[in-house]
Amino acid sequence: MSRRLPWGPMARLTGRRILFAVPVLAAVTFGVFAIAAASPFDPVKAYAGTAGLTASQHNLDQLRANLGVDQALPARWWDWLTSALTGDLGDSAVLRQPVAEVIGERLGWSVLLATTAFLIAIVLGTLLGVLAARRQGGWLDRAVTSLAYTLEAAPPFWLGLLAVWLFSLELGVLPAGGLTDTGTTTVTAGQVASHLVLPAGVLAVSQLPWFVLYVRQGVGDALDEDPVRGARARGLAPRTVLFGHALRSGTLPVLTLIGSRVPELITGALLVETVFSWPGIAAATVQAATSVDFPLLAALTVLATLAVLAGNWAADLLYGVADPRVGFDG
Amino acid sequence: MARPARSAIAGAAVTALAVTAAACAAPGDGAKGGDADSSAVVGIAYEPDSLSPLLGYGKDGNSKIFDGLLTHDADMKLRPALAAALPKVTDGGRTYTYRLRDGVKFSDGKPFTSKDVVFTYETILDEKTNNASRTELDAVKDVEATGDDTVVFHLKYPYAPFAERTVLPIAPEHVAGRQDVNNGEFTTKPIGTGPYELVKWSKGEQLVFKANPGYWGGAPKIKNFTMAIVKDDDVRATRLRSGDLDGAILPPNLAKTFKGDAAKKTYTAKTFDYRVVTLPTGNKVAGDTAIRRALDIGVDRRTMVDRILEGAGKAAYGPVPTDSPWFTKGTERTHDVEKARKLLDRAGWKTGDGGVREKDGVRAAFPLWYLTGDKLRQDHALAYASDAKKLGIDIKVESGTWEVIEPRMPKDAVLAGGGAPADPDFDQYTLLKSALAGDGFNNMAWYENATVDAALEDARRSGDRAERQAAYDTIQRELVKDPGYTFLTHIDHLYVVDERFGDLTTQTEPHDHGLASGPWWNVEDWRA
Repeated sequence: MSRRLPWGPMARLTGRRILFAVPVLAAVTFGVFAIAAASPFDPVKAYAGTAGLTASQHNLDQLRANLGVDQALPARWWDWLTSALTGDLGDSAVLRQPVAEVIGERLGWSVLLATTAFLIAIVLGTLLGVLAARRQGGWLDRAVTSLAYTLEAAPPFWLGLLAVWLFSLELGVLPAGGLTDTGTTTVTAGQVASHLVLPAGVLAVSQLPWFVLYVRQGVGDALDEDPVRGARARGLAPRTVLFGHALRSGTLPVLTLIGSRVPELITGALLVETVFSWPGIAAATVQAATSVDFPLLAALTVLATLAVLAGNWAADLLYGVADPRVGFDG
Repeated sequence: MARPARSAIAGAAVTALAVTAAACAAPGDGAKGGDADSSAVVGIAYEPDSLSPLLGYGKDGNSKIFDGLLTHDADMKLRPALAAALPKVTDGGRTYTYRLRDGVKFSDGKPFTSKDVVFTYETILDEKTNNASRTELDAVKDVEATGDDTVVFHLKYPYAPFAERTVLPIAPEHVAGRQDVNNGEFTTKPIGTGPYELVKWSKGEQLVFKANPGYWGGAPKIKNFTMAIVKDDDVRATRLRSGDLDGAILPPNLAKTFKGDAAKKTYTAKTFDYRVVTLPTGNKVAGDTAIRRALDIGVDRRTMVDRILEGAGKAAYGPVPTDSPWFTKGTERTHDVEKARKLLDRAGWKTGDGGVREKDGVRAAFPLWYLTGDKLRQDHALAYASDAKKLGIDIKVESGTWEVIEPRMPKDAVLAGGGAPADPDFDQYTLLKSALAGDGFNNMAWYENATVDAALEDARRSGDRAERQAAYDTIQRELVKDPGYTFLTHIDHLYVVDERFGDLTTQTEPHDHGLASGPWWNVEDWRA
């Protein structure tokens, strides 16, 4: 069974993807600048806030010049791009902080939330999917499948509000939001863990249906395949057949799913972070968008695009490793 | 062959978790917390954009972290803070001299001197500083330090209320002066002379303060003070009920639900916070004096206060509330629909199709805009339109963001808000001065009245209280004869606080009531 990993083809795939990422990132950032410039929001008004409602026109014009938003769109994009390439991501006007600092403070928390949720979704989804596939049409299968379809239709923010209502307001067992309790200033693992339960749970549950349904389908199909039927005919234990044979070939579609779920995971995380006041990049993204904060918005878009590209790359790599017939041509 | 794939996934996940755990530091993470028995946690709806006074934070005082040269007491009287005494005004109101308090230190141990004052004001006045409130210091020509303990402000023109502006917090030059003023670390990790030091600011979540043990006014008894930022009113009320918060600002309907709770006290802060309809001169209908006067006496302010504000407010007849010493008695308008109708009839506005009046082929109709999502303004706008309909004036209520509303301001009416209690000049000059018509959000009605213009100048130049009062009386009487706005209500701000802190006070509050307002304006003086 053991064989050397095909490092050469894998490296070539990675190289191709990196080359491909360059034009994609350039196009995406320009697109973001264009959309933001076309939006009705005014960065100067967003910056000034309520003080802007009593400011003189001269004061507002000066702010516009200071913030550099009086320049034309391509010039602004070019300025941003050239300084970003030298490592200077610029300053976020709305948060009054350098962009690198904003991201540095928040990214870790978003990654923690998203990874936890993703792992729960994969593990729980695979487990439920296998159980459902074991006896297709049985009561467990019907219960799991209908629950999966219901959850698939439910928007994450709605699930989040429901969870806050049930676990924080009605039962009072879990905190409704934030990273730590109000009034505490130290970030302890225990505090973070208890505050992580609800947002990670909601995000996991919102991603769960895809894994359940894919695994159920894959394992169900595999159970009907010749090698699996052969294994069963040879008298192997049902458990060995299910996990050793059916699951192995049934998980292949899940590998592609992991890559393609990354964009959904990011948007889901944005909504969940907002509902639970999680101090990740979501709040910053929303503020950056509504205040037309170009440097912050562009940096966050680049991050999200990179995550999606990396997700696809990882999925293709894993698929090729798991099934040599597929190869690394993508 | 699938085994390597599975362990690759697990490996990646473990790496991700490890990286996350290593990078764990909450936004704005700072030092340690403290004991619970002398702490207070309050819920507010507003979050500052920055904590740097150079960018406008705390410009009206009570900034917790900083002190101004002067400060306001419970009755809004000026008291010395970083200054040793109230300023000496010379040169016909053009020169203000402040002698500074001795021995004051910033919380990092460095002494406070006149250089810090000059640095603060000069930085704010610098065009490169992104401070949207710079206009408030328009009168300042220059600031100079004469020795370590004296600061002299030279003004461009005699400006009576200038001392009120010097509640503005003073930033340390040795910290803020070495950074980028707009995006430097000082904007999120401030250092001041004030009663509290910032421990941590988790954006969107909370501001945590601890008492400054070396505060020149004596160390506060409340050692740990937290402001939780909770934008949703219902969530704030729930967290107050559950004991998570010790106090909170609440709208009237939610404040009422704490009436029967013996452990909580409700405080009603009087305010200058008005809601007003701008009637732009550029609109043939809204700019007509007869229409303006008819609306002024034809709207039912009493009902607005009772129904919309649930009694927590007062009818407004001008920027000055009826209970202020600056208010001109006798300028209250009596609600009189008949008189309003007659006034319109006499002016030639005759009832036409569908009960809407007309004059010279112009229908008595105009749009009224309010800020999308602002329920209070929406309610005021709808009530105003419904009262106007009874007079035969057709007002179409529409909502939009400021980006939508601003280009329409020269022609369309807007439901606006404002109010500054420190001095009548602060909001009246920008609201009524004809030279400021359409300048940003100033004088949104394009109001033009020579008598008012002259009185505004007299009132801001004269240092004599009686002369100033007379000028503001003239303005308020003129607004009865020639209104450019319909003032509707002054809104009380309601706060519910745990009774263990004893009897607290509130100041007279402005429209823009951030974290400086509420019974915690002087939390440094609360008992533990």
